[in-house]
Amino acid sequence: MLTFSQFLKQAYQTNPNQTIITLLQAKQEDLPISYRELIEGAAGYAATYQKEGIQPGEVVVLILQHGEDLIYAFWGAVLHGAIPSIMPFLTEKLLPERYRADLAALIEVTQPSAIVTYPEFESEVRMALKEGDSVRTVIISDQTEAAQVPDFDSLSGMQRQPKDIVLLQHSSGTTGLQKGVALSHQAVFNQLENLSQALDLCQTDVVVSWLPLYHDMGLIAGFLMPVLTGLHLVLMSPFEWVRAPYRLMQAVSQYQGTLSWLPNFAYHFCAQKIRDRHLEGVDLSSLRAVINCSEPVRDDAHVAFYEKFAPYGFRKDALAVSYAMAENVFAVTQAGVLDELIVEEIDREALQVERLARLAEVGKPSIRMVSCGLPIPNVRIKVVNSDGETLADRQVGEVAVSSNCKLTEYYHRPDVTSSAFLDQEWYLTGDFGYLVDGYLYITGRKKDLIIVGGKNVYPQDLEKLAMEIDGVHAGRVSAFGIFDEEKGTEDVIIVAEVDTTDPEMHNRIMTEIRNHVNRGSAVALRQVYLVEPGWMVKTSSGKTARLANREKYLQEISG
Amino acid sequence: MSQEMIQHLAKRIADDIIKQPGKEISPTEPLISSGLIDSFSLVDLSLMVEDDFDVQIDDTELNAETFDTLEELAALIKSRQ
Repeated sequence: MLTFSQFLKQAYQTNPNQTIITLLQAKQEDLPISYRELIEGAAGYAATYQKEGIQPGEVVVLILQHGEDLIYAFWGAVLHGAIPSIMPFLTEKLLPERYRADLAALIEVTQPSAIVTYPEFESEVRMALKEGDSVRTVIISDQTEAAQVPDFDSLSGMQRQPKDIVLLQHSSGTTGLQKGVALSHQAVFNQLENLSQALDLCQTDVVVSWLPLYHDMGLIAGFLMPVLTGLHLVLMSPFEWVRAPYRLMQAVSQYQGTLSWLPNFAYHFCAQKIRDRHLEGVDLSSLRAVINCSEPVRDDAHVAFYEKFAPYGFRKDALAVSYAMAENVFAVTQAGVLDELIVEEIDREALQVERLARLAEVGKPSIRMVSCGLPIPNVRIKVVNSDGETLADRQVGEVAVSSNCKLTEYYHRPDVTSSAFLDQEWYLTGDFGYLVDGYLYITGRKKDLIIVGGKNVYPQDLEKLAMEIDGVHAGRVSAFGIFDEEKGTEDVIIVAEVDTTDPEMHNRIMTEIRNHVNRGSAVALRQVYLVEPGWMVKTSSGKTARLANREKYLQEISG
Repeated sequence: MSQEMIQHLAKRIADDIIKQPGKEISPTEPLISSGLIDSFSLVDLSLMVEDDFDVQIDDTELNAETFDTLEELAALIKSRQ
């Protein structure tokens, strides 16, 4: 069993000239990066960490734009034996104070010894630091040591053991919920081996990705897997993709991309927002799997994507699905690569009332389910009830996962780590689903969570923000998601009770809630719905209250 | 002309981008930095400008530094017509 650093050493010695990453940057030539360039760039960062007194085993937080520095800073931390954790930087809509508070909370739990950032962002990072916290140095990307030939004998990363933690992957969420998934070298390599088999990877595969590297799908499928298995990675930034989604298709065509991972909303996004003139001459026939992952999977997203891109050579059998989570490094299941994608219609009422996924009779209200497929090798799945008892096929319960690629722990969170497992072996995912002959279907979530465009948002955080507005009753706010068919993801609605009936006051409160929530969170609200006192359904659990208020809201607006 | 353009943009943004027909958007209200038009809708805005005014906004210009208000957007469009 190798470690990351041992792998890099091997690649440096055997395939130094292989182009491992091609970086796409707006208004610039595509930048090919060979293993030699990657490892020498990383060695520059490793020397910087050494000079700054970072010890092996310490955490280094990386807040960098998608680009060369992020790549070198990450692998440099690996070569130095430090533990990198990539975090998002501030978007223009998010309030700086909110970002700082989140960063300070992260520092408090994770105790990093250094933060690496770019010059323009230094002051922002420094403002989140507090006297006596763990951060000893802020490293600025333009003040690092030059790329250099690595001396593997002196690099402390070479002393790391397979069971040591190699990186932290942070789930989104706020202060109380901040959890860093700690992964070992061994767990990552096991996942890559399992996934390679499930995808039948071969050396001619080319991964094309626009996914952010602070998210597990982007970090593992769109970064570590290609680099650690020797596949060419064509990488663009999420910031650019969202403004020019056609670039992804052009990149697939130009570099003969074979694999790409997308969250469900991106299928609609690409289908709706790419003009045909941007697809002139584009050939998508090289794609053998476009894998729907990290948001609830919907068949209509696949249909829209296929209809849009079939004229450009996209093949239907390239539509694929995976169920994945950071706690399992990445993939738990894979569908549509070695087998056919299965879609079935289940009876809506039986699902909701009996929690049973019975096949629907013709003419009865049904829900269309896309299977997430079979578990990948060395991963087992079962579905359990609230007592932890295993359920039969088609009975809906919580999905539990056991594998050879589990997280080591939630970093510095022993409390959360122990409660995350059933019988110390089965990771409880918080997702509801059912099995049929080993094939997994996901029906919903146990955790109260809204997923918007692949981002996880906790409704209580949004409610708290809305309650900060003058005129809104504390405890009388409900935030929930409504699935938007056209977008293929959830829209966020906030319902709030207010005393006033004055239309002008209503307008002020609505605008203030919208602005405050938009700038204080990762989402943009679809609607703020004001109601009179006493409207809100209150129950003992926040989740059931939100569901009830959601129902009431839907009835009123369809009224 | 500019007023007309601003009114047209305000209506199109309210109706088709943020999907709140009837919502008033003032000419000086921040659109991007406020999150009113979120990043997923920026491309809709550039497609809309292209359809309605035959003016192209490059994807590298879809940020609050290039334009953030209806007034600034209208000025950008006029400068390219």
